Parts: sequence; structure tokens; C-alpha cells
Amino acid sequence: MSQLSSADTETAEAPAIDEVRNDVLAAFSARLGDGIVGSHIQPGHDLWIRVSRDSWAATAEAAKQLGYTFFDFLSAIDWMPSPFGRDMDAQEDIVVSGAQAKEPQPMMQGYAGGETRFQVLARLYSINAKMGVTFKADLPDSDLSIATWSNTFAGANWHEREAKEMFGINFVGHPNLINMYLPTDFQGHPLRKDFPLLARRVRPWPGIVDVEPMPGVGDDEEGEGE
Amino acid sequence: MGLVESGKLPKPLAKLLNISRKYSIWAYQWGLACCAIEMGAAFASPRYDVMRLGVIPFPASPRQADLVVIAGTVTDKLAPAVVRLYEQMPDPKYVISMGSCANCGGPYWDSYSVTKGVDQLIPVDVYVPGCPPRPEALLEGIILLQERIAHEDMAERWKGEPIVVS
Amino acid sequence: MTTIDEPQSVADLAASATDNRVNLDFETEGMTLNMGPQHPATHGTLRIVAKLDGEQVVSAEPVCGYMHRGYEKLTEVRTYPQINALINRIDWLGSFANEVPFILAAERLMGVEAPPRAQWIRTILFEMSRVANISLFLGDFGLQLGGMTAGFYAFRDREWVLNQIEAVTGGRFHPNFDRIGGLKDDLPKGWIADTHVAMDRLLAFCDEMEDLLVGNEIFQSRTRGIGVIPEDIALSYGLSGANLRASGVDWDLRRDGCPEGLVYDKIDWKVWTHPDGDCFARTWVRLQETREAAKIVKQLLDTIPSGPVMAKVPRIIKVPEGEAYVACENPLGEMGYYVVSKGDLVPFRVKIRSASFNNISVIPWVARGAYVPDLISILGSLYFILGDIDR
Repeated sequence: MSQLSSADTETAEAPAIDEVRNDVLAAFSARLGDGIVGSHIQPGHDLWIRVSRDSWAATAEAAKQLGYTFFDFLSAIDWMPSPFGRDMDAQEDIVVSGAQAKEPQPMMQGYAGGETRFQVLARLYSINAKMGVTFKADLPDSDLSIATWSNTFAGANWHEREAKEMFGINFVGHPNLINMYLPTDFQGHPLRKDFPLLARRVRPWPGIVDVEPMPGVGDDEEGEGE
Repeated sequence: MGLVESGKLPKPLAKLLNISRKYSIWAYQWGLACCAIEMGAAFASPRYDVMRLGVIPFPASPRQADLVVIAGTVTDKLAPAVVRLYEQMPDPKYVISMGSCANCGGPYWDSYSVTKGVDQLIPVDVYVPGCPPRPEALLEGIILLQERIAHEDMAERWKGEPIVVS
Repeated sequence: MTTIDEPQSVADLAASATDNRVNLDFETEGMTLNMGPQHPATHGTLRIVAKLDGEQVVSAEPVCGYMHRGYEKLTEVRTYPQINALINRIDWLGSFANEVPFILAAERLMGVEAPPRAQWIRTILFEMSRVANISLFLGDFGLQLGGMTAGFYAFRDREWVLNQIEAVTGGRFHPNFDRIGGLKDDLPKGWIADTHVAMDRLLAFCDEMEDLLVGNEIFQSRTRGIGVIPEDIALSYGLSGANLRASGVDWDLRRDGCPEGLVYDKIDWKVWTHPDGDCFARTWVRLQETREAAKIVKQLLDTIPSGPVMAKVPRIIKVPEGEAYVACENPLGEMGYYVVSKGDLVPFRVKIRSASFNNISVIPWVARGAYVPDLISILGSLYFILGDIDR
């Protein structure tokens, strides 16, 4: 549980302790017990709960019983820093924002911690409590599979198909795990960080400033990021 | 029309045929994305009416259309459908590529699933730039196409090499 | 929900039929009907593979991906202002509405709050994009069911709203007007009076649509009782927006999950629901919402505070580390952006939660047993935009 946010410095109204979300976390802990391996509360805004991979299906059941019946979305995050950098290595970018470190950054997960490269991310709402909770679960690199949520929440069906084709995660028990968006013969998993965008490999983006000076004007001020 | 193919058409007659062809275009709308809404505004709204140029935008199928306006992003998954629909149109046929996505990939130039320009698939006569182009820009593109038709050599078109796509 | 009956024997039918002679011993085997990807009734490049038994649908499976442009990958190589220009094109009818949740998420991570005038104008433009979007829905739905007049009226009256949006942002759609910390520019002179006129015109348009469509007998017989989605199914699939409210669930993110950058708590407005859950209910709720949005705009126009429209933010935007999910009640439903930032110019991951993706996932469930023309009604009333499904 790392304090990664600096959002509390400006707004003085956000309470330091979020009672409501603490209660929600306690309710989930009562049901899942050891299944919860991490959590993070951003007061006034959101609650993150990280569960172990084996209790992923139980999380869905517990959430549904606690009144979290609205299925929002399900996806995944690949925490590996991209080996291609952020594709902004033109001379102008380096002048403006400083040279980028060439050696790869260490992998750092976000809120509620994590130990693996891939994490499954899901969010549910409770209509009665007007509250949303975000769930995360680690996936070991050797075995990218996790239980399906489509038996509890029917909407998870399509979201899991998309996560499979974008990241290569297998959802055990899913009725029909075929490609959602990409043609069937597409090779690779596009949202993984090591999947390159070939157009940028062939011809890099020229930079965040206008490359040619405007006609008739001397040195213009720099563009706003176009 | 044996006269047209053999090139023996007298010039005033050829000119008359060209003028009549350019003012009776049936346009098939291959509206894919945001440009389709601007195309809809150009074709169907009373403000930027396209029928005053002689273009009727309501053929029921590509087999009855002269012109296809490809408006919007073409993805790799859709590309075979575009080619197939183009092949279903009878000659002489024209293509207007509307919007930067259809011209060259547009703002998605680096995407893994977008075809960088519809001219990789089918031959294009007029490119209308913009994102999205205003309806007046599309009307300007149609007028340019009409000028092209007016100066066309019909004999060349009829007996020239057919445009084979695949 | 209708069920598929066993074919009756010739003798039974002959005995009871008066004008059912067509059905005598009519052997119907399964047929696969491919609707799309280019079809006038599918709002774009959606392909529905429908297995039919006679005229009834046994299963209808949407095939998406014909407009998949890879947004989530593209956001990983673009700066925040560049992404702002790109995400306008997800829901391409109400474009300003796409920028708002993303900008609010970035502002939450940066700890920046837009000045009050900017928040007011943002809300006004947000509601105007809702009016522009749903007025086209009303016209388009009529068009699909065969009432072409509605379509022409919609295009004509939408021009009023687009004129106003163009006067302030410079673009009819894809305005790219929101900035982290506020807006790009202030309102031009005379805009407020013109927008009042435009909203009055739109309220008159809503009355016209009510006469043309909602009060029309044919429309009612084609939409009442068709495509009923009960409440628990709607929640489990994650339907949002008018689809959810038409099934009786009183949930509106403008009131219940109000993000901190929009000013809905300062005015007086109403959330419309309908208990039925059929196609008619969805259309009716959307009609009322358009009226409500026009009224909200009029209220907001009268109370705009003065002041700057942009807070003090650095010119090169580097968002501090963190994760944030902000969802707003967009015209199509709930649209949210889950932004993961590592303190760089470029976000680490952006997950776009688009409303139409969930809205369409219910089609296999709701289309079983419907007739083919009902399928058109159902598709039209669920109201999706392809860019929103496929991102």
C-alpha cells in the first residue's frame, strides 16, 4: 500500500479518514478473510481491494451478496515499463523535458500493491449504497489464467473476451472465449507493453514542437503538445 | 454503344453525354464513422442539400450506384468488405475518400488495426481532407468530381484497361 | 417473451385457420442472416449474425471490431492534450462529452480544480452535447422504423445546437475544447442569448417528436412490449444511461456519483425513469431527458459566474503518479476513464469504459425469440455508437 497520490494537498475538504469506505472494506474482509491481500482508500474518491487469484470467483459472489450488483468493467494492466520508451525521443522532446533514462525502469505496481506483471482489474457498483469498488488480482507470469466472472455477472462475458485477446489471459470456465475485436488470424496481444506499434518504429513522430517554422514569423512559441 | 467504344463520337455529343452523366450521379454512402454524420448532414439535411448538384444519395444497393463516398476509418477487419462492395458496383464508377482516416489513416496513423488510407484497397478519384470535413467541403469534392467527369474521355474509359482490384 | 412453437399438423390448422393458410405445413429450417457490417439500420459497422427459424430469431450474436482503432494502445504513446484531441472521436455524436471524464480524471490526479466559470461552461457544453446526441437518436430511430420524416427533422434541428457549439469551440463536432485546468477559451459575445433561442427551438423539436413518434400508433405497436429487459438483467450486464432508467432503476451519475468538476448540484433538475423496460420505455426516457437537458442548459445560462476560465497549470503537463477512475453520465450511458499515471507526460495505461459496449452485450439475451423487425426496434432503442463499442 503505497501513498502515490498528491491529490490531497490542494483540496482541503477531503476528509482524512473515509468512514464509509472503511466500513465497506471491513464488510468485504468479513466475507473474504484471507482472500484480501491489499487495499487502498483514496478518501472521498475510491476504494481499491486486491484479492488473491484463488478467491477471485468468491469475490464476485461476496460482492453480489453485499449489494454490488452493477457490473462496470473488467480489464487488465500490464505493469512492465515499455521497452520502446514512450516513443517521444525526438531532439525537441529531450530539450523540453530532459533526456529519458535509457536503461529500463523497474516495474512498479500501483494502488493496493502487487507482485506480478499482469493484474486483472474489475469494478462494481452498488446502486443502493451509491458506492463503487475496484478489485485487482495478481496473475503469475507462468500461468496467466483466472476464474471467470461470467457466471455471476453476465456482462463480464464480453469484457473477458476482450481481455483475453488484448493481454492473453485465459478465463477458466468462460463459455465462449473467442476474439472480440481483432480478426481471428491476428497474431500477438496488442495491449502488452512489448507489442510494438509498427508505424512508430518505421517512422518516429517528429516531436512535440512544430518541425517547420510558420511562414513569415520568426521563432514562434512552442506548440501545446501537437 | 458501339460509337462510344470505337471513339467515333462527335465532340458535341460526347460533351453532352458527359454533362448528363455528371448531373445524374447516384451516390452510395459507405458511412463508417464520424464523417458519416457530416455526410448525412450534407446529403440529407435541408441546409447543405446535395440534390441541388444532381447527386441523389439513396440507391438501395451498390449495384445501382455510380459513386461511393467512403467516410470514416477503414479497419483491417473491414477491408475485405470494402473491396467486395467496390467490385459490386458497375462501371463507370467513382470513389471519393472523405476525411483524413480514409485518406491516410488520419489520427490513427500508428494503430495496429487501421488501414492507412482506403487507397490501399481501391482507386480513389477525389480526396476530401478534414477531420471531419465540413459538409461544404464534401460538396466541393463532389463538384471537383463533376468537373473531372465533364472532361473525361468516354472512349478511353469504355475500352481502356478495366480497373481490376484484386 | 415469445417461445418457438412446434409446427402444427395440417389437419389442425385447416380446422382452425381462417386466414392462416400461409402456415400450412411450411417447413422452416434454420437460416443464418448476416446483418451488416454495412446496413442502414445498424448505426455503423456492426455485424449481427442472426440464426432464424422462419421469421423468429433463435440466436443473435453481434460481431464487433469493424471500427476497432486501438484507442487504449494509442493513449500510451500520446501526451494528455493529444489524447484529449483523440478521444473526442469515440462517441462521435456528442463529442464534448467524451473529453469530460478524462479531463476530470487527470485533474483529480494533479490536484487541480477548474475555476467556477469553467465548470459552468463545461456543464453547459456537456448538456448540449447530450441534446445533440439524443435528438439524432430520435430522428434515427424513426428512420429505422420507416418514418423518414423524423430523420430529416432531426438533422435540421440539430444544426441549431451545432451552430452554438461551433460558435464557442470552433468545431461542429470534435471540439477539443476542454483542457486540464479549465477550457481553451471564453464564450463569445452574444452566445448566451443565441443559445437560449437554440434551446427553445430544441424544446419545440421535442414536442414535434412526441407527436410524430411517441404518439404514433404504428410506433407504439412496434415498440410496446418488445425487447423487455428486467432490472436484474440490466444490472448484471452493466447497462447504463437511459437503458437502465427505462428498466426502473433510479441511477444517474450526475446525481449519484457526481464528479467534482460539474455543477449539477447547483440547479434544479429531475431524473426520469420508466418501469416497463421495453423499447417504448427507452425512447420515452430519452425524449424526456432531451427536454430536461435543454432546460438544464437554460438554467445554467442564467447563472454563469464571471471569472477566469483556466486555472494555473504548467504548460507541459506532467501528471503525478496515481490511479483514478472518473465516470460521467454521458449521452449514451456511463462513460469512464481509468487513468494510471507514472508521473510522466504520457499516461501509463488508460482503460476506457464505454457505455455502448455493455449496452450491446445484452443483445444475445434480449433477441431470443424476437421477430426480425423487432430486432431492428431493439437495436435502435438500445442506441449505440460504433466508435463507443469498438473504441
